Amino acid sequence: MALPSGEAIGHNKAVPSLSDRFPRIFRPRFVLGAVLVGAALLQSCGAFIDPYATQVILFAAINVILAVSLNLVMGETGQFSLCHAAFMGVGAYTSAILTGKLLPALLPGLHWTGGSWASQITFLPVLLVAGLVAALAGLIVGGPSLRLRGDYLAMVTLGFGEIIRVLIQNTESLGGARGIEGILPATNLFWALGAAAITLYTVIALVRSTYGRGFLAVRDDEIAAAAMGIDTTRVKVTAFVIGAFFAGLAGALYAHAVEFISPEGFGFLRSFEIIVMVILGGLGRPVGVAVAAVLITLLNEWLRGLSEYRMVVYALIIILFMLLKPAAWIAPHLRSLLARFLPGRLSR
Amino acid sequence: MTASAMEGNAPLLEIRNCSLRFGGLAALTGVSLRIDRGELVGLIGPNGAGKTSLFNILTGVYRPTAGQILWEGRECTGLAPHRINRLGVARTFQNIRLFGSLDVSMNVRTSFIARLRGGLVAAVRRGRSFRGEEEEIRGEGRRLLAYFGLEEAASRPSRSLPYGDQRRLEIVRALATRPRLLLLDEPAAGMNPTEKEDLQRLITRIREEFGTAILLVEHDMKVVMGICQRLVVLDRGSVLSSGTPAEVRADPNVIAAYLGGSASELGVSRGEGPE
Repeated sequence: MALPSGEAIGHNKAVPSLSDRFPRIFRPRFVLGAVLVGAALLQSCGAFIDPYATQVILFAAINVILAVSLNLVMGETGQFSLCHAAFMGVGAYTSAILTGKLLPALLPGLHWTGGSWASQITFLPVLLVAGLVAALAGLIVGGPSLRLRGDYLAMVTLGFGEIIRVLIQNTESLGGARGIEGILPATNLFWALGAAAITLYTVIALVRSTYGRGFLAVRDDEIAAAAMGIDTTRVKVTAFVIGAFFAGLAGALYAHAVEFISPEGFGFLRSFEIIVMVILGGLGRPVGVAVAAVLITLLNEWLRGLSEYRMVVYALIIILFMLLKPAAWIAPHLRSLLARFLPGRLSR
Repeated sequence: MTASAMEGNAPLLEIRNCSLRFGGLAALTGVSLRIDRGELVGLIGPNGAGKTSLFNILTGVYRPTAGQILWEGRECTGLAPHRINRLGVARTFQNIRLFGSLDVSMNVRTSFIARLRGGLVAAVRRGRSFRGEEEEIRGEGRRLLAYFGLEEAASRPSRSLPYGDQRRLEIVRALATRPRLLLLDEPAAGMNPTEKEDLQRLITRIREEFGTAILLVEHDMKVVMGICQRLVVLDRGSVLSSGTPAEVRADPNVIAAYLGGSASELGVSRGEGPE
C-alpha cells in the first residue's frame, strides 16, 4: 500500500492513550528480578510469620492465579467458561502423582520432604508439567467447544468440568473419591507469590500488545475481528489454553499447600467461586481481579467462625461487593499509588 | 511464465454462477460478477435483493450453495473470513462494527495482528524486536489516521465518535489490512448531505491513491451514480442489469422492474437522466 509520506502529519504530537502505556517497571527482567528477590525475601522471613497467616497468603496467591487466568478467558476474550476448577484439578493430580510416586521412584536415594532440597529443586519442573498437562486438557476441551458461543459454550464447559471430575472420582489409581493424601508440603511463599506475580505479569503483558488486542477484538465483535484477518477460533483456543495452563499451575500449588486433594474440591462450586472473583474485580481488569481474589480469600477466612451461617453472610457480602465494587475501585488507585512511590521514569 | 501471464489477465475477483439458499429461500440465484484491479463498482438493488448476501459469500461469512468465487483466477470459495481477508479483501459493515472497548488508534492497529512477526512469546518477553514492531505499527496506524483526518481522535473511545467519523474509522481499519479489494456496505447510510459529499470524495481518493478496487453497496443513488464506473443491479437474488451508470439508468428493465415510479431517484430530477 503506497501511503503518502507522513512527515508533516505530526508524529510526535500524538498523545499515547492511557490504556496503551506499559509501565517500564513491567519489563521482563525487572519483573523476574523483583519477583525472585521479593519472594525469596518473604520466604526467608517466613519463619517469623505464623503458620496460619502463611497459609492464608498461600491461598490468596493461588486464588489470584486462578482468577487472573480465568479473566484472560472470560474478561479479555469474552468466553464464558465453567470448568476452570477442573483444569486446576488436572494440575493438582498431575503434580501429586509426580511428587508422590514418580519422582521418589526415579530418584529413590534422595530425601523427599516438603522443605528438602530435592523437592524444592524439582518443584519448578513439577509445576511446569502440571501446567502443561492442564493446558493439554484445555486444548482438548477448547478445540471443539470454542466454536460455540455464549450459553452453549457455558453448558459444554460445565459438562467437561463434570466429566473430568467424575473421571478422577472413578479412577482407583488416583485415589477415587477418597482423593490423595500425604502430598509433600512443597508450596511455600516463594513459589506461590512468584507464580502469582508471573501470572499477573503475563496476562497484563499480553493484553497490552498488538497481539493481545486480538483477545479484546474477539470479545468486542467476533465477526468484525475475523473480517480484519484475525483467526478468531485460534485466538479463543489460545486464551483458553493459557488460562488452563495457569489453572493447572495453581492446582499444583494448592495440592502441595493443603497436602490433601479430592475430586470434590475441583467441582462446579469451585469454578463458580473463581467466576465471582473475576466478576467482582471487573471483567477485563487484571489488577482489579487480583484484588478481588485477595479480598474473597480473606472473607472466606473471616467467616470461618460463623460455621453454618457462613454461607448466608457470604452471600450478603457478595451482594454488597457487587453493588459497591470495591476491587474495581481500588485497582485504578493502585496505579497512582505505584506512580507516587516509584521514580517517574520507571512507572511511566 | 504462462501461468503468471494468465494470472495477470484474470480479473481481481470473479463470481461465477453463485447461489445461496437458506432452506427453501433463495437469497442468490446464479449471480456472476467480475471486478478488475482498481475498479470502482457499484452494487444496487432494492431491500432484500441479496446485496448483503453477496457480500457475505464474498467475505466467507456464508459458503455459496453453488458456484465458484475466484481471486486472481484461483478458487477461494468457502474460505474462512480471516483467510479471505488475508488474500486482500477487506470490508466495512452496514451496521457499524467497531471494537467498542478499544480506542480509535487501537481499532486501526487490530488490523495488523494478522501480519505480526512476533506472537505470544514476543508479547510476553517484550524484547527489542517486539518494541520495534509495536512502534512500527503505532506509526503506521497514526499515519493512516492522520491521512483520513482522525488523528485528533486517536485516543478517544471509538464509540464516542460522531456517526460519520465512525464510518470513516471503519474504512481506515479495513484499509489498514492492506486490501486490494475494499467492500463498502452502505457507507452513506444515516449520513447527512455534507457527510455524503465527503464520503464520495473519500472513496474516490482511496481508489486513486491506494489503487484499491472497491465494491460499493449503496441505497443512495446520487452517491453511486456520481462515482462508480460500472453498476450492477441485483433484484430478487439475481443480476438484473449491469453497465455504466448511463446504461443502467436507460435500461427499461431497471426502470420497470426495480425503480418503477421513483425514476427521479436516478437523477432525472437533476436533468441528467434519459428523459
